[in-house]
Amino acid sequence: MDAFYFLMDGLATAAQPMLLVYALIGVTLGTAVGVLPGIGPALTVALLLPVTYRLDPTGSLIMFAGIYYGGMYGGSTTSILLNTPGESASIITALEGNKMARKGRGGPALATAAIGSFVAGLIATLALAFLAPWIVKVALIFGPREYFALMVLAFVTVSAAFGDSTLRGLVSLFLGLALACIGIDQLSGQARLSFGVPEMLDGIEVTTLAVAMFAIGEAMAVAGRVGTEDDSVIAVKGSVWMSREDWKRSWKPWLRGTATGFPIGAMPAGGAEIGTFLSYATEKKLTKHPEEFGHGAIEGVAGPEAANNASAAGTLVPLLTLGLPTTATAAIMLAGFQQFGLQPGPLLFATNPTLVWGLIASLLIANAMLLVLNLPLIGLWVKLLTIPKPWLYAGILLFATLGTIGANPSSVELGMLLAFGVLGYVMRLYGYPIAPIVIGLILGPMAEQQLRRALSISQGDWTTLIQSPVAAGLLAVAALALIIPMILRARGKGAVLSQMAADED
Amino acid sequence: MTARTETSKRRPNVAALVIAAFLVVIAVVMLFDAARLADMGGYSGVGPASFPGVVAFALIGLAAWTVYDGIFGDFPAPEPQRVAPVVWIIIGLMLQLLLLNVAGFSIATGLMFACAARAFGKRNLALSIPIGIALSFAVWAVFSQILMLNLPTGPLEHLFVAGR
Repeated sequence: MDAFYFLMDGLATAAQPMLLVYALIGVTLGTAVGVLPGIGPALTVALLLPVTYRLDPTGSLIMFAGIYYGGMYGGSTTSILLNTPGESASIITALEGNKMARKGRGGPALATAAIGSFVAGLIATLALAFLAPWIVKVALIFGPREYFALMVLAFVTVSAAFGDSTLRGLVSLFLGLALACIGIDQLSGQARLSFGVPEMLDGIEVTTLAVAMFAIGEAMAVAGRVGTEDDSVIAVKGSVWMSREDWKRSWKPWLRGTATGFPIGAMPAGGAEIGTFLSYATEKKLTKHPEEFGHGAIEGVAGPEAANNASAAGTLVPLLTLGLPTTATAAIMLAGFQQFGLQPGPLLFATNPTLVWGLIASLLIANAMLLVLNLPLIGLWVKLLTIPKPWLYAGILLFATLGTIGANPSSVELGMLLAFGVLGYVMRLYGYPIAPIVIGLILGPMAEQQLRRALSISQGDWTTLIQSPVAAGLLAVAALALIIPMILRARGKGAVLSQMAADED
Repeated sequence: MTARTETSKRRPNVAALVIAAFLVVIAVVMLFDAARLADMGGYSGVGPASFPGVVAFALIGLAAWTVYDGIFGDFPAPEPQRVAPVVWIIIGLMLQLLLLNVAGFSIATGLMFACAARAFGKRNLALSIPIGIALSFAVWAVFSQILMLNLPTGPLEHLFVAGR
């Protein structure tokens, strides 16, 4: 019952008025960016990093987590009313939710998404709180080789296991690893690939890369797209409240979605999209109204929305307990921890329990705030969808460059922003996933360090990597995660995997 | 996002070849740089040059794979693109980059804002440039004066705060 005690302590921390304000700012911003197409939680946190240099670490991290949760809520609104997912984890919601809205049942669709997200967020956050101490205990016996194996597994699942091409995922990952080599080597102090440019000695900033890829590359891709999409907003008619029948059909999918989403988020297995996809497939199989699927079945909104919020909470498990980000947003949050000189992992639970438990408890509060923000105030968020595209994207670029200039007002930094933006555009053009390059950049130096430590301990004996059962097991799983999808794709069964592509959030 | 059009024709995909060449160039640069480093392997036999070397060889391998895909047809053809809007965004960012430390944050960013709006169809620069500069100035005021972010100043900002 240690976890319960810590959680109560955390609630006391998180209930401080200032931290409540941070949480409120976070969830409000998160909902807004979730609603707006073309800007997701990863980008928002990246943009806010430089602004929070001087703020309180606990408050800033609570705000970032609020943005992550809020983004998951807000995305459903866009999917349902616009048929353009606001963030990638809401693609499945758009399938049924938009059909419901077209039939005039937009209100109940929004309600089941919001309440389902709340239920899932609540259960998954509690699961996070009770699971974390166990994983921390296990992680304490991890040495460098186990960490290295864990990172290899994360590299494979993020880049190659899902998406439509092993090749393109790996290219994206290794470009990130190549960028990670730039700067001063952490162990020997030698400058690598800096070409005498002093700005490059510090390495490539994760935020610069993320902002360039997600804001600038995305803006170019949207601007360059030929043809106009049907982006008329469907007005919400009638009541937003669900009928008794709606409740009856929703509560089981909520629970099943949570049960699917959380473990998938918690395993180093990539983004929230996979859970939503599995949940949708499950609901389609179990429903008593199969004829409604494809024409606006409420189960098809309730399950995936719950799954997507549950896996958002799930991704915080490896992030907080092992320091291992498995999504782009988690990677940027890791950069946020590092900005304050904190390294998430088992030690953080020992050295800074107030912060960790305050953060976890604040998620419960944020979740309750989000329910209020998203049900009665839904009309406000819908108005955001009516901002004309030119002003929206010009504004996104304004804030994107503001973040970079604020962190480092040098022409070199802005030049890198532009160069990576063009790279991001070309990668989108040819179907290269974006998340692996970001994860490669942030995890690359950590993986290299752990590998070199492990080999130093064994005095250069490479077999040490597979001599511990944990490390060998993790590497074996990584190998399977690389090989099995390749076989599936070669046999023409790749369509399922490409639908499960983890891209942005 | 990218529609996959299966091409069964055996003509090498030019884009795939260019991408492969790009990867090889990066790999070669990394290998040259790694060769320059004193490899102090120490106990492990693995020094600062090892990791870049491994990444470089992996990139060469991936380049070969890309060439193979480009020739034997599993390479996606991109959707047709409109070039002008993308160029407008690049022009805007370059203007901002060049003017930032001369004209200050508001003017440089305002021009970038107008170029970006132009890319998305707001062609009236006489309207969008003033809007951009006004908005950028408001952002500058909030972030540099209240949140203490260090943003470059220029003539416009100097009207309100003493120049440094």
